Amino acid sequence: MQERLEEILKTYQEDEGNIISILQDIEESFGYLPEDAIEWFSERLDVPPAKFFGIATFYAQFHLKPRGENIITTCCGTACHVKGSERLISSLMRELQIPTGEDTTEDRKFTVERVNCVGACSIAPVVIINKEVYGKMTADRLMKEIRRLK
Amino acid sequence: MENSTILIKVCMGTGGIAAGGTEVISAFEKELQAEGISAAVEKHCSVHKVGCRGFCARDVLVDVLIDGEKTTYEYIKPDMVSRIVKEHILQGEAVQEWVVKDDYRTFHEKQRKVVLSDCGEVDPEDIGSYMERGGYDALRKVLTSMTPEETIEVIKSSGLRGRGGAGFPTGLKWEFARRAPGDTKYLICNADEGDPGAFMDRSIIEGNPHSVIEGMVIGAFSMGAHRGYVYIRAEYPLAVERLRLALEQARKKGLLGEHIAGTEFSFDIKIKLGAGAFVCGEETALIASIEGKRGMPRAKPPFPAQKGLWGKPTVINNVETLANIPYIVRNGAGWFAQFGTERSKGTKVFALTGKIKNSGLIEVPLGIRLHEIVHDIGGGIEGDRKLKAVQTGGPSGGCIPAEMIEIPVDYESLAEAGSIVGSGGMVVMDETDCMVNIAKYFLEFTQAESCGKCVPCRIGTKRLLEILTRITDGRGRPGDIELLESLSNDVRAASLCGLGQTAPNPVLSTLRYFKAEYEAHVHEKRCPAGVCKNLLTYTILEEFCTGCTMCARVCPANAIVGERKTPHRIIQDICIKCGACFETCKFKAIKKG
Repeated sequence: MQERLEEILKTYQEDEGNIISILQDIEESFGYLPEDAIEWFSERLDVPPAKFFGIATFYAQFHLKPRGENIITTCCGTACHVKGSERLISSLMRELQIPTGEDTTEDRKFTVERVNCVGACSIAPVVIINKEVYGKMTADRLMKEIRRLK
Repeated sequence: MENSTILIKVCMGTGGIAAGGTEVISAFEKELQAEGISAAVEKHCSVHKVGCRGFCARDVLVDVLIDGEKTTYEYIKPDMVSRIVKEHILQGEAVQEWVVKDDYRTFHEKQRKVVLSDCGEVDPEDIGSYMERGGYDALRKVLTSMTPEETIEVIKSSGLRGRGGAGFPTGLKWEFARRAPGDTKYLICNADEGDPGAFMDRSIIEGNPHSVIEGMVIGAFSMGAHRGYVYIRAEYPLAVERLRLALEQARKKGLLGEHIAGTEFSFDIKIKLGAGAFVCGEETALIASIEGKRGMPRAKPPFPAQKGLWGKPTVINNVETLANIPYIVRNGAGWFAQFGTERSKGTKVFALTGKIKNSGLIEVPLGIRLHEIVHDIGGGIEGDRKLKAVQTGGPSGGCIPAEMIEIPVDYESLAEAGSIVGSGGMVVMDETDCMVNIAKYFLEFTQAESCGKCVPCRIGTKRLLEILTRITDGRGRPGDIELLESLSNDVRAASLCGLGQTAPNPVLSTLRYFKAEYEAHVHEKRCPAGVCKNLLTYTILEEFCTGCTMCARVCPANAIVGERKTPHRIIQDICIKCGACFETCKFKAIKKG
């Protein structure tokens, strides 16, 4: 971890002191923002951790908790909404037994995240499974994909 | 076909890739390498990836050009490729049954493509392919034969207005920044396309990134900027990758960086990834975000053109606005101004989606009737249901009811109708869509995206959402509708930035045109469109039920009971109203209401 953080620090110094870029690099490297990493940067840069957390919680891209091995991104854009994305999400949550208010299964195998719009509205509803885009999704097809990953 | 030039173009936008574009391309490459074929077509046959041409619902779309004559295929899968190669490419006989039908033509007929004219034609990963079609000619012309003032004058007289939503005249914005004192100025391209239901910026960058870069360099020259940023959503990985590649290629060709095209002018562009905050579409919030802070808007004035990024004069233009620039410079202001209306010049790209037959990205002259978009280009409503409303402008916009379908689509007319052109999202809704639910949907969005700086927006949207939730849950109280209305007006009047000022629009516009639907929810506890779960019951009509057991099998709550081949029954206490049975039943034996 230490080594990777040093690398991130180097690019940061070239990048106009941008905390968002640091957080993006941490998220990219570890899949979330480990508290240790933020504290490490806080000390090295003499910037209070609150500033990091303030930014991290402002933007949807950052996660403070580790996420699942498989990331299922459901699009909640308007076109997907009118084409039934809510139903897809509720069937996902049921199938994966994710309790309300949570987004990751207990065994950390799956994370279900909602995003505002992935901009693929003409093939709505859209679900992205591990970065692969699936258009015109149905509950049936989605369950098949999920069971395959299980 | 031995001596013909053969070009194969495969649509590889996000839609094309999702439909299997990558596999189709490699299928073509493999087929063309096959023994016996490679000899016949070698040297004069090439396969290209192109960006979105708009009709993503028909992907994978493939063009086969033999000596310039184009045949377009739709819904192409990898296993169809070998027949196309054998019959069309080798023998010159198109595979008629896969060729696009008349509706593909009608989809394009009423469109007028400026910004999208090269999308779907050029290879977005090859600068040469853009230059062959006149790309970067406009930039050369500006740098070698025009002054910044002349360039601004061209843009001003073209009448181009910002395509991101607010519709501010672009030339004027450049002029303000040009006149602002100081040597350091910035040009930012806003590619943080946050409106749900809009994807024109993504498609333009994926389909023709060089048009945006060329537009930026021309803009920078006009205003006197030497540094530029593209602030782009991290949710658009393909667009980011293509943009990065395009920037590199432009630098190599000397069209970006030091001494552009051999002149004294220098300008370079950096990519900044947005971290996912809708409010960053607001100029001052976007600037804060580039500076590495929480993306919160501030009061204007001072406007960014005077005091923007790091306190320096800054212009922020939207992707589509910038992509228009090269075409305006190339063809002249008069050419551009011939499209559109008196006050809304040019063309606008819309994302036509929702319950429409031909869903996709379209570009039309401003002032076109909504009717022409929905019925002629869009081909009408899916499943031949009845049109209910067209939502324009995303969370800041409103719903245009079916009765107003003859409305001209331009900045002024839509504003008068209580909506906006906005970034160009156009979601078509039919009789099965509940307008109260739609209003709630948008409020959920704006409430979550409110940055929290102003109380009217932070708390006002939350209260609005609570009232809407209560109404859709069947707990609406008398007086709720009036409360919604007055609170909406307060939030609109008292918020600092565009997000708060426009957040109540979806509520106000649905209240204006669909009040009866609100009243049915509040007073009769009924959802006329059959969407709001708590106001619904599903029952099985015994006379139609054949006892096929399909519904019982798909019911996730095991709420459906009955013997095989005898009518089934739904146990209402267990039913979670997911609608799975309703969708599965082939005999229309399930009643919703």
